[in-house]
Amino acid sequence: MKAIFLDPTEFESPSKGYEVLPFRHARLPAVPGQVLVTSGVGEYLFLSEQEFDKLTNGTLETGTQIYRDLRTRQIVCDAERGPFLQGLAAQQRTRKRFAAEDPALHIFVLTLRCDHRCHYCQVSPRRLSERGFDMDDATADAALDLVFESEAETLTIEFQGGEAALAFPRMRRIVEQAAERAKAAGRRVRFVMTTTLHLLTDEMLEFCRDHGVELSSSLDGPEHVHNANRPNATRDSFQRTVEGIARARSVCGHDGVAALATVTRHGLRYPRETVDTYLELGFDSISLRPLSPFGFAVKSWRKLGYASDEFLQFYRDALEYLIEVNLAGQRIEESYATLLLTRILTPFPTGYVDLQSPAAAGRNVLVYNYDGGVYVSDEGRMLAEMGDDRFRMGSVHDSLAELRQSDAMRIIENAGDAEKLPVCSDCAFVPYCGADPVFNVATQGDPVGHRETSEFCHRHTGLFRIFFELLSGRDPDVLRVFLSWMTRRDAVDLPASGYRA
Amino acid sequence: MLPLHSRARVRGVQGRAIVKVLTEDEAIRSKIDPGRCLIWLDRRDGNKPVNVEGRFAGTVTDGNLEGELAAGISVDRTDVPGVVAPGDVIRLMEGSARVSVLYRRGSNSNTMLATERCNSFCIMCSQPPRDVDDGWLVEEMLATIDLMDRDEAQLGISGGEPTLLGDDLLVVLDRARRLLPNTALHVLSNGRRFADEAFARTVCAVRHPNLTWGVPVYSDCPEIHDYVVQAHSAWEETLAGLYNLAKLGAKVEIRVVVQRPNVERLGELAYFIFRNLTFAGHVAFMGLEPIGFARANYEKIWIDPVDCMDRLRDAVFFLANRGMNVSLYNYPLCVVPAEIRPFSRRSISDWKNTYLPNCGGCMLRDDCCGFFGSIDSKWVSRAVSPVAGDALRRGGTLNYGRQCP
Repeated sequence: MKAIFLDPTEFESPSKGYEVLPFRHARLPAVPGQVLVTSGVGEYLFLSEQEFDKLTNGTLETGTQIYRDLRTRQIVCDAERGPFLQGLAAQQRTRKRFAAEDPALHIFVLTLRCDHRCHYCQVSPRRLSERGFDMDDATADAALDLVFESEAETLTIEFQGGEAALAFPRMRRIVEQAAERAKAAGRRVRFVMTTTLHLLTDEMLEFCRDHGVELSSSLDGPEHVHNANRPNATRDSFQRTVEGIARARSVCGHDGVAALATVTRHGLRYPRETVDTYLELGFDSISLRPLSPFGFAVKSWRKLGYASDEFLQFYRDALEYLIEVNLAGQRIEESYATLLLTRILTPFPTGYVDLQSPAAAGRNVLVYNYDGGVYVSDEGRMLAEMGDDRFRMGSVHDSLAELRQSDAMRIIENAGDAEKLPVCSDCAFVPYCGADPVFNVATQGDPVGHRETSEFCHRHTGLFRIFFELLSGRDPDVLRVFLSWMTRRDAVDLPASGYRA
Repeated sequence: MLPLHSRARVRGVQGRAIVKVLTEDEAIRSKIDPGRCLIWLDRRDGNKPVNVEGRFAGTVTDGNLEGELAAGISVDRTDVPGVVAPGDVIRLMEGSARVSVLYRRGSNSNTMLATERCNSFCIMCSQPPRDVDDGWLVEEMLATIDLMDRDEAQLGISGGEPTLLGDDLLVVLDRARRLLPNTALHVLSNGRRFADEAFARTVCAVRHPNLTWGVPVYSDCPEIHDYVVQAHSAWEETLAGLYNLAKLGAKVEIRVVVQRPNVERLGELAYFIFRNLTFAGHVAFMGLEPIGFARANYEKIWIDPVDCMDRLRDAVFFLANRGMNVSLYNYPLCVVPAEIRPFSRRSISDWKNTYLPNCGGCMLRDDCCGFFGSIDSKWVSRAVSPVAGDALRRGGTLNYGRQCP
């Protein structure tokens, strides 16, 4: 008996018709003649203007590769088959997994006292000797109860100030208790301490090493920029930070300390020098953080502030330099780039709490203030310092359920879904972006806010334009660097970019 | 290349016998039922009497069994020297000279045939399905599991389509779980039956600790996949099956036989797998095996492997750069660009593995999968030629290591 095989045409969809699935699009000034289309779960493709016209007119030919590329990205589907719903569901479920999870990040504001008077400080720092601005034992204990009420897979406890080192005994007690409770309950806890490093003694560092406390510091770039941004009493903050990094590394290991750079007007002109400072100090990661219009910074905005476009130019220059450096064999990532690229290029969830939709404030992060107040985010606490306490969820003596029922959370929930917000809902970048109702209140007085004048929106759409422009070029070397950041490898270990989807 | 089936002088078999071959020493120490052991007589020992008390099922040797031998089964005068050896499990039939090796100690590729039936009809199938009543294969699999070495590293189950066995498959998986908990079990399935969530749930309820499902996805395009497997809606069923398996925590591997209909969109298939089947523990891109339907459909499926390499390279790096485990199967190394040679595995089962006469002078031979025994000139890439030492030194970096399970 001879086997009979059917021809390929027998398996094509009979009507050759297609349907357009929900998508968003954008034209990027730097990518002329092409249209970026993005799906609801963040799959994307660049189309020529003609292809885009055909797509929207319903005149694409279904046998073509461009049709198939669009179908694989679930921007169109065969009329008979319909969408591949399981794929969409799996991707959406994965990307938004955090929305159903308990708070993983728990920020303890141990003290408002600080040895620095940084111009952009969000905290309204207190003098070293001032009383009444430190967390007491009862507050710390109750906050720790809340931490362990959360069922998040990995708990992160982050200590902030002021200068957390000024409240080291308190921190030590919390770390020891948390470690003990975690061990008894079979849970995982990470500890992060935000510190200038200046005040950490060897004994403190040894404690951090022995208890796995990761150190996170500020290093704003070259010496003159750093010292201009971060004045201390002796006007030598840069030197002391560099010494602190060396000391911390000698005790806790090279990877025991990380740093981030806040970009002010002083730093804007020095993208390469900022990167170089990090390279000289042997960092393999840099975080370029824009100035936030909160707290002290509002008063100093004229002195330090800038328009989003100026930050974006700085960022772009730094990014291009970083790509060069990585291709030359030195691994150093920009952490916000890694975050945004992971969102653009993978179906994986990312845990960054300041850029989520639904907003992570109060949902995935809780801030325990020194005075026992619980806030949806650090910015929410700042706003309260400035007299607007709408983002205070309650007190450390409330339960997680009570905190979730708070009016603060109603505000977050009503204005926290970027996909539902005016203008955002039509934005091609919304699958990769987030909503920040606290920022909107702080800058515009309203949780929903107004995108046209939103610095948050200008900055993020600008960043997405930079990344999509770079991706549209399909330069294999740029892609190799991006992939190396996403997978924490050296770019030179990726011999080829692979298929450029 | 030792064949699985050979001939010998077989005496004393009643009906069908599945027996373990062991040296007398090992048989005495073994916990296996003596009635299921054939005692191996090394030719070098001459006619040393074995099994004199008739305690074991019989005797087997490569040479001639003469003289005073106890009753029972005797197998001798094998037509391929070494085809049966201690440790093996073999099948004998009354009145037949055929000796079939069901399990071979030391082989890299012990595989049990679950059924010849299949619900697909792949154009390049190397084992064309037959609609026959072969339920006896289940008993044979169970007997093979009973008699296999307990420390065997891996065991495959293939077909046909093993899931067509339904509940009988559960029995086989459960027997493997109980008797061979440390043996990695690899089952080749088109996954379509797992679209039925209740069935998937039942199969996964066996809770085998070390079971991988090797499931083919030939294209990101449903019509191309369906054409390759010659079944409407197969793409949807396989993907639904994969999602059910993933949801139940089963380990899956995606297997892509690269051929003319799917080669053009290999990069898009890699993209599709990464976006939608991220849970796959391993992705294998495989060259054609020139036997079965593949031979009949040469014109439809053949494309010289060397002409696939740019696309394979792109697909391999696309996935590997994103952290997925990738392998290349069945491509001789001389055809594979140096950069992606680290992904190549010696994938061809030893019993059907061969090399070409020229391969003797190749520097890469020891790491190379070689060729299927069924190969002939029209299935050999024009790029095949021995690789000289200096070309090897010019090869790419080997940073990826061997990642394959």
